[in-house]
Amino acid sequence: MSVTKGIVKKGDYFDSISLMIISKKIREMEGVIDSAVVMGSAENLLILKAAGLYIEDFANVSDSDLLLVLLGRDEEIASKRLNEAEELLLQSKKKRGTLSSEKNGSFAVTSLESAYKIMPSANLVVISTAGKFAYSQAFSALTVGQNVMLFSDNITIEEELKLKLLAQKRQLLVMGPDCGTAIIGGVPLAFANSVRLGKIGVVGASGTGMQEVTSLIHNMGGGISHALGTGGRDIKEKIGGISFLQAFEMLEQDENTKVILLVAKPPHQTVLEEIGKKVASCKYPVVAVFLGATKEIVEKHHMIYGKTLEEGALLACRLVDPRAQLECNNDVTSIKNVTSGDKYIRALYSGGTFCYETQLILQEAGISSLYSNTPASGIATLANSNISQGNCIVDLGEDEFTKGRPHPMIDFSLRNRRILEEIARPDTALIILDLVIGHGANLDPQREFIPTVVKAKKLAPHIPIICFVTGTDSDPQNRQELIKMLKESGVVVVFTNAQAAHLATKIIRGI
Amino acid sequence: MSSNKLLKEKLKIINLGIESFHQTALAHGAKSLHVDWKPPLVFDKKLQELLEKNRSKIEAANLKALAIVNRGRPMLIGLAQAGEVIPGMKKNLILHAGPPIEWARMCGPMRGAIIGALLYEGLAHNEEDAASLAASSQVEYSPCHEHQTVGPMAGVVSFSMPVFILENSEYKNRAYCTMNEGLGKVLRYGAYSLEVITKLRWMEKTLYPILKEAISFAGPVDLKNIIAQALHMGDELHNRNRAGTSLFYRSIAPHILKTKAERQAQIDVLNFINGNDHFFLNLSMPASKVSLDAARGIENSSMLTAMARNGTDFGIQLSAMNGRWFVGPAEVPDALFFPGFSKADANPDIGDSAITETAGLGGFAIAASPAIVQFVGGVAQDAINYTMQMYEISVGENSVYQIPYLNFRGTPTGIDLIKVVEKNILPFIDTGVAHKKAGIGQVGAGVLSAPAMPFKLAYEEFVKGLLSH
Repeated sequence: MSVTKGIVKKGDYFDSISLMIISKKIREMEGVIDSAVVMGSAENLLILKAAGLYIEDFANVSDSDLLLVLLGRDEEIASKRLNEAEELLLQSKKKRGTLSSEKNGSFAVTSLESAYKIMPSANLVVISTAGKFAYSQAFSALTVGQNVMLFSDNITIEEELKLKLLAQKRQLLVMGPDCGTAIIGGVPLAFANSVRLGKIGVVGASGTGMQEVTSLIHNMGGGISHALGTGGRDIKEKIGGISFLQAFEMLEQDENTKVILLVAKPPHQTVLEEIGKKVASCKYPVVAVFLGATKEIVEKHHMIYGKTLEEGALLACRLVDPRAQLECNNDVTSIKNVTSGDKYIRALYSGGTFCYETQLILQEAGISSLYSNTPASGIATLANSNISQGNCIVDLGEDEFTKGRPHPMIDFSLRNRRILEEIARPDTALIILDLVIGHGANLDPQREFIPTVVKAKKLAPHIPIICFVTGTDSDPQNRQELIKMLKESGVVVVFTNAQAAHLATKIIRGI
Repeated sequence: MSSNKLLKEKLKIINLGIESFHQTALAHGAKSLHVDWKPPLVFDKKLQELLEKNRSKIEAANLKALAIVNRGRPMLIGLAQAGEVIPGMKKNLILHAGPPIEWARMCGPMRGAIIGALLYEGLAHNEEDAASLAASSQVEYSPCHEHQTVGPMAGVVSFSMPVFILENSEYKNRAYCTMNEGLGKVLRYGAYSLEVITKLRWMEKTLYPILKEAISFAGPVDLKNIIAQALHMGDELHNRNRAGTSLFYRSIAPHILKTKAERQAQIDVLNFINGNDHFFLNLSMPASKVSLDAARGIENSSMLTAMARNGTDFGIQLSAMNGRWFVGPAEVPDALFFPGFSKADANPDIGDSAITETAGLGGFAIAASPAIVQFVGGVAQDAINYTMQMYEISVGENSVYQIPYLNFRGTPTGIDLIKVVEKNILPFIDTGVAHKKAGIGQVGAGVLSAPAMPFKLAYEEFVKGLLSH
């Protein structure tokens, strides 16, 4: 008989990623069926209730309490594992304590207020706390004259506007909210890749899109001066591209930037006009990847049209070095004709921008029966995000999948399960997978992702799996080894998302 | 054109939230400072807005309150029996530590101390009679704090007990405290055996008159001066009072010799003070109390005027809401235990001694006391860290009490409720630990953070109260 056991650690706080790491370790313990380590917020309690991980002790907890709960195979195992889990928490805390006191030789800084005192010359505050706290923290940072990178989401668009108006007034930059990626002077911030310094400056309203273009530029031998994120809503009418335009100006004035690359979904008309005006007077060439925008519109606003992320990266690189070439894989002879009967593409993405770009590519190629949980215009909404139908392009990083669990770039388990489900279905023609590496992403795909792909290929060798690795050889995960392991397992490795989508189109058409 | 210099300068990051972002930035050559942030104890947008509107008013009120504490001048001016001087004291009234509590909810050591006090007063002649009298309506109970008094551990004060009289010479308010009985079987830990009562009688008949006479020769003893020096000598004045006791002994000893008492009695008194490293605790506590009491009742001030525990509940009081208690369950300290005892034996936190922390001593000044870092993890840096953290929740710094290691920076003084809640840093207390059974005594010493609940309750009431004016 399985047993749920848990404890409340009053006033104990861990950041979300530390909790995920601990959570994962607990789930890997023998005899643990399910578990959660979360702060006691109202939302988290709902999640625990839904997951059957709620116990009575949680009735009076608050945001600042840490909850640890697990479902064990039996009473004895549950108690034992709970003790071990508690020990994991303690260790993690100890590590934290020594880091702050030994490394800095000083005490832990516990508030923004004292951080300003200790580092008065700071020029960027990176905020990744829960959204409800993040707004006032960002506001306070702007008030004291700091630029802000706001990784946090769950900030209303009204709050976003307030922050950005204040920033504009004070000549400060707000990257975000929901800004997952930035690189400043070679320093990767949040979810970003190690890329070499160079002449291409990037402004992006799309996190994965920026990871893709900056990595591709690096892989082609180019380099990045800075990549500034704005958050996806910045280019909507309501915000008016405040951060996007500011970031553009900053790159234009930056002495290292010689080419500017813009990455976003199509900005609102009024924002596009403003961008166009800036580009018209800009002394550097500007390439724009506004996924889904027409060539005419982009060119009308004086920008060089990049249809896809890979094309944008290539065009930007060639402006610096005309010899630049994308890596590609022409050896796809192993792929057999798989189109007999009603069979479909199944794309399982961890990167939202990839999911969007693939929809556009397949749509343009005239592939019918397209479904997604985050549909682009003209594409049908999946009835149930957990069950594929037709040619199905799923963003597993969407909120519906990440409530109470880590993002699929960190924790592969949800997608791994889905891969094996798709492989077992009779209507699966092929599978597309992204593997995003770099800082912030899972550090051991070799052990946590590859084995699933190997298993899938063993179960159904005839179903092609197309995969590309977003990242660089300087990232901590060892890109070359991953590519080699993927190839050895029978996966078709391509080098960009667009290549994957185009290849899938060919296969499904039996070309 | 943008005048933003971010891309022109070396990147210097303050990281709030996910720690790995900080590590990555460091590894790529950026400067980065990670903030060990925690969510606030209370998060309510409406309350926060109300608070923002009043923040400058609150800050001004708190600075005023802190200035009063800093200007305070605690002087020991004499001794008397409780019934003669403590306001509202009467024969059937027992004062106790912490917030108000009835007999039924009292912990073991407090019940034991009350039984002992009833025996000492002659109101009962054996344990059973004392216990049933204590449970009856004939005995009344009231917190020491509501009678200008403080008491360590059980903090029990009855009508005949001799008490120190302190006066704040700047504001003329007074505070009272019994004399410290020493270690071992003592009333404040709930012991009430014959030897305990015998010692209390000796204190009343011998120690009290001699000390009283000596102080009359010495004139008012400047306790602020002694505390300031004791901090320089390694006391934090809550868990370590060795230097304070020595300094007091040095100032009073010659005057004891001048008293008309017999030589042997004088020797006994000197040995008693000399043999009890905690003798000065019962002076550092009322010195803290008398300084803080002058800052009670300041409109809009969110500064704490008391933190006190009765072994069941932990209570706090605020300057702006004078007289009100905000309470939550007291917790068991994280302690080093004497041989043969463990956490299972420990009573939840007890005593008015957290008044020292409230006044910027004790856990707040632990960086001044390397000798007791064993209680806080064994590393001197930990003690420094605790004190540094307490600056985060204090209104300001003490103008006289200093910490040598921190280049003689004033101790963090005046706990600001708002800062406690917003930063989710709870006051740090270093304290003695009582056995949960009456009469066994001290089982260890250690540290704990104040519980969150009283602060949450006080915050909500305080901020809502801002609406009314």
